[in-house]
Amino acid sequence: MTEDMTGAPHELGSQWYDNEAGPLVRPYAMTGGRTRPGPTGVRFDLIALVTLDPGAPGVDDAPLGPEHRNLIGLCRTETQSVAELAAGADLPVGVVRVLIGDLLELGFVTVSRPVPPARLPDERILREVIEGLRAL
Amino acid sequence: MASEHPDAADADSAALALKILVAGGFGVGKTTLVGAVSEIRPLRTEELLSEAGQSVDDTDGVEQKTTTTVAMDFGRITIRSGLSLYLFGTPGQDRFWFLWDELAQGALGAVVLADTRRLEDCFPAVDYFEHRRIPFVVAVNCFPGARRHGAPDVARALDLDQGTPVVLCDARDRDSGKEVLIRLVEYAGRMHTARLLDSVG
Repeated sequence: MTEDMTGAPHELGSQWYDNEAGPLVRPYAMTGGRTRPGPTGVRFDLIALVTLDPGAPGVDDAPLGPEHRNLIGLCRTETQSVAELAAGADLPVGVVRVLIGDLLELGFVTVSRPVPPARLPDERILREVIEGLRAL
Repeated sequence: MASEHPDAADADSAALALKILVAGGFGVGKTTLVGAVSEIRPLRTEELLSEAGQSVDDTDGVEQKTTTTVAMDFGRITIRSGLSLYLFGTPGQDRFWFLWDELAQGALGAVVLADTRRLEDCFPAVDYFEHRRIPFVVAVNCFPGARRHGAPDVARALDLDQGTPVVLCDARDRDSGKEVLIRLVEYAGRMHTARLLDSVG
């Protein structure tokens, strides 16, 4: 059933009932019903950083839905965390994870895994954070 | 095949994001604190829950999968280009505990906001972080009209482990919020160093 979903679901969900209700589309329709990112199987952390791949293929003729393009647009301004992308695109985090998985597979973006604090390179970073906070 | 590109990942390792959780009972001022220190107005992400096993809601006899939305507020502080701090307000309701596990993973530490008028509201958060050995500070949000208690009183009432910092704060005030975060990062640094020494020795 995924085959005939490409491109179509977005149009289906584009009617608005009223402003209060928002677009009447089930969230995972935007991902063709998928609730998990593709073969990479990585569950992106909320603070995983998504960066546009400089060597990314052209967006114009790529098999991307409007939500994918929207995410690419958001990353274009600056590197963004998964959480920021979800808020910026006004989509649930779960949906955004799937879409970012697509973009990663297609080579549009790179996703950095957050460094666990236990493996922080050194204390210097924390000192930098403290000084940065003081200077705010 | 479609894994994370190693080269790009290396180039990107300069960009670092750290996560701090802000926990505490409902209405204690979590989002206020996030907003006071964040450089962006607090953003909201939504997580959809539809797993059948997690329907804690009383749906006896209702044979359908329900979808619940949990909202999480968060903010960001850019320390410098390539180093940012993200603050996440944890969902207040106890039934969303399982979401905390994801939030807590890889977190630098946590702020447990407390209101002395209902101190018991923050017991679950204190328990949670103590059990998982996640460094946290207790920040007592001094609401106007609330009786002032000294930090040691609060530490005793919460039966905190020795050394857990207790800070009095005003969640609406940027400087006060900054001070809370500084105390947390200092404490987290000490904890990590101590553990590192433990594991070596």
